[in-house]
Amino acid sequence: MASVLETPQAPAASTSPTVRILREKLGDQVLRVDEWRGDLAVTVSRKAWVEAARTLSFHPELDYKLFLDLCGVDWLDRDGHDDRFEVALHVYSVSHKHHVRLKVPIPESDATLDTIVGVYKGANWFERETWDLYGIVFNGHPNLSRLLTHDSFVGHPMRKDYETPKRHLLKEAKQWLLKVPEGSEHMIVNIGPSHPAMHGAFRVQALMDGETIQDAEAEIGYMHRNFEKMAEERTYWQVIPYTDRLNYCSAFMNGHGYALAVEKLLGVPAPPRAEAIRVILSEFSRIMDHFICIGANVVDLGAITPFFVVFRAREAIYDLIEACCGARLTVSYVRIGGLAQDVPDDFEARARTAIASVRDVTSQMEKLLTRNPIFANRFKDVGVMSAEDALSWGWVGPCLRGSGVAYDVRKDHPYSGYEQYDFDVPVGTVGDCYDRYLVRVEEIHQSVRIIEQALAKLPKGPVITDDKKVALPPKSEVYSNIEALMNHFKLVYEGILPPAGEVYGYTEGANGELGFYIVSDGGKFPYRLKVRPPCFAIYAAFSEMIKGGLLADAVAIIGGLNVIAGELDR
Amino acid sequence: MTLQALLIALVLIVVIFHAHLGLFSGMTLIERRVLAFMQFRLGPNRTGPFGLLQPVADGIKLFFKEEVMPEGANKFGFFLAPMVAIVCAFSAMAVIPYGPAFHLPSFGFMPEWLRGRLITPQIADLEIGLLFIFAVNAVGVYAIVMAGWAANNKFSLLGGLRSSAQMFSYELALGLSWVGIIMLAGSFKVGDIVEAQAGPIWKWNLFMQFPAFVVYLIAGTAEVSRLPFDLPEGETELVAGFHTEYSSMKFALIQMAEYVNMITVAVLVALLFLGGWHLGLGFAAPPLVGFLAFLAKVGAILFFFIWLRGTLPRFRYDQLMDFGWKILIPIAAINILVTAGLVAFLGQR
Repeated sequence: MASVLETPQAPAASTSPTVRILREKLGDQVLRVDEWRGDLAVTVSRKAWVEAARTLSFHPELDYKLFLDLCGVDWLDRDGHDDRFEVALHVYSVSHKHHVRLKVPIPESDATLDTIVGVYKGANWFERETWDLYGIVFNGHPNLSRLLTHDSFVGHPMRKDYETPKRHLLKEAKQWLLKVPEGSEHMIVNIGPSHPAMHGAFRVQALMDGETIQDAEAEIGYMHRNFEKMAEERTYWQVIPYTDRLNYCSAFMNGHGYALAVEKLLGVPAPPRAEAIRVILSEFSRIMDHFICIGANVVDLGAITPFFVVFRAREAIYDLIEACCGARLTVSYVRIGGLAQDVPDDFEARARTAIASVRDVTSQMEKLLTRNPIFANRFKDVGVMSAEDALSWGWVGPCLRGSGVAYDVRKDHPYSGYEQYDFDVPVGTVGDCYDRYLVRVEEIHQSVRIIEQALAKLPKGPVITDDKKVALPPKSEVYSNIEALMNHFKLVYEGILPPAGEVYGYTEGANGELGFYIVSDGGKFPYRLKVRPPCFAIYAAFSEMIKGGLLADAVAIIGGLNVIAGELDR
Repeated sequence: MTLQALLIALVLIVVIFHAHLGLFSGMTLIERRVLAFMQFRLGPNRTGPFGLLQPVADGIKLFFKEEVMPEGANKFGFFLAPMVAIVCAFSAMAVIPYGPAFHLPSFGFMPEWLRGRLITPQIADLEIGLLFIFAVNAVGVYAIVMAGWAANNKFSLLGGLRSSAQMFSYELALGLSWVGIIMLAGSFKVGDIVEAQAGPIWKWNLFMQFPAFVVYLIAGTAEVSRLPFDLPEGETELVAGFHTEYSSMKFALIQMAEYVNMITVAVLVALLFLGGWHLGLGFAAPPLVGFLAFLAKVGAILFFFIWLRGTLPRFRYDQLMDFGWKILIPIAAINILVTAGLVAFLGQR
């Protein structure tokens, strides 16, 4: 087991082809290469930023086509950072199964950077977010306006010198999101923020010609609470309850992903039993999430019964989760290095009851929907997304697989022991709503397979690591033994102190790759915690997808994207 | 018309009108309970025994709701629309016979002219009964268009547009589906059409005119905007469609009109296709049994509507139009041709 005191290694001469090609292309514009905890990070100068991104994406040997994340970091008055800001880009190569982080330092005096929207379509909203939260201007961006905060918000909240108690009076919503052409007789319709098809609060403004959508623009941020800023003032443990509120339909998976990212930063793995239980509950959460997505989607099409059908299985799964940790929706069950407590003795029997319910409900749901011609007509060839565009937009998870790209973190980068389980990754062929639906249904079956295998060989043993610097000592020892008491006190008081460094931890959330980019300065709070929310990138493509389609198609599409406001707005 | 006949007609109007009102409020409860049963829920079961008083509670609630008049609405149209809707919905029942003719019993307290008198439970036996129903139905569409236009709401407008397009195209199929049975019976009177179906069960138009039955059932569902044809009020797309802005009693009237239309369609299916009050056994049943059989048939059709709602998703606008024009109308037209040929060669029935 690696010690938590380990420090990052000095940058070594990397043998990775990524570094070699970037060096060939950019020469001394590559400022720094770090490889730590399996993450490759390349720092380039500002001049070479777009060229570097272009090389990563288009060079045949690199093929980093999947856009993942773009975010800012504020190094206010920190030693070792001449320039105040830093922008980090995460991309992934599906063909070479490799992540890379591209970073660029930006001085405070001239906080600008060229946009990479021309390279990755998905960068659009991420750059807007970075401008919104950090005030970094992206030259050439098509629509650099506030995204998460309100239009008349003052300042950039993620900057380290932003005064958090500051309050703003935000009176009116932005009236026009679209530019209406002069003399146009078309009708502008606001779909949302309070509309039956918008599950959660977000808004789309559409320019309608009859029932056809000519132009559309989305607005989000109604549920923005700046989770990332809150995380900067919480110890690593205290962040866990906040992660539950990201994708609240599958709360456990967010905690799982976060804990794994911190464990990667610490170099402390969780014991096998904890990992197996995490896998089981994560897969159950995935099933729930898919059920809700499908159920809500068909409610949008006017069929309410399937929604109630799938809710029965969700109820059975909630009962199981409640038996484990006492909570149903926001579970806070994981701990860094393991789980809060062991599962009940009859866990396996309870899990099998839940599986039986899932099986029953899935077959009913398929009977009601899969071969229903009205349903199929509403879904087939609607909202088609090509594989290439999906990657460029940063689509992940069932939506990406629906477009035919077989990227699943569980398969390609197994974590928590997924390599032990036998399961298939379903992919679509057309990339329409129907494919996304079928992929979700098949993933439910595969999740059941994984759960059954994991239940069959659930290991015995502790459910949390015995590393004294990470996990609290058992209560019995705290009450009887002075060392344990001191250990408990120090750990609660000082928190977990990870080494300075940065990691990008990623898991397969219900919506796809859920990433946590953690920058640690060695203190007890995360210096920067960036969530890579899957549905943020997916929803960014929505207003492009619905152009030229019917209003009814827009409604059919949005449900299948599974946009969860908690994760979208953070 | 004698004074006596007028008195009887007045009593019939009161009875049938209130029976409809009762059936309407009953339907709101039954629909919710049946849907709840299909969806593993309980439905309203707190107000009175089995929730029987729920419609009363709903009515009281709607009465005391605030009437909202949207800014910029056309007041005239906004007020007129629910009235037109309800008047059209109730007019159709004037020509519908709600059961077999029966003789009144002879009790001592009755005036002489009532004793043993033959009563047809039908307000007016028009020569062109079916055409009348068709006409008032068509006027009902204007209520929806008016409501959608007058409310000055974009979703209402889209709902109104959708429903006008939908109604006009499905009315065509609906009207064509009737032509075959009119030819078979040789009359526009609903009563005659029912009598033409007397005898063994295969005399029912359900079997004699099966394509017309299918077309009528589908077009009728579309006509009353029930799932899978509830596009005019397609909740998740258009919020509540043409009645988005309506509240209080005006909303209640629109709802009432929809339910009454649904009941009318169910009654017509029972009368025109399922043999009405005939049992299909080859002999004439006593009037009471016939009436109960008729009610059972209407109930089955109403249940079918609820069942549809509990099962199917909604059509898309263009698919709905395609379906109406490219499938239903050709089927109905071919059915007319075949029926006409058969009638010409073999004679009626």
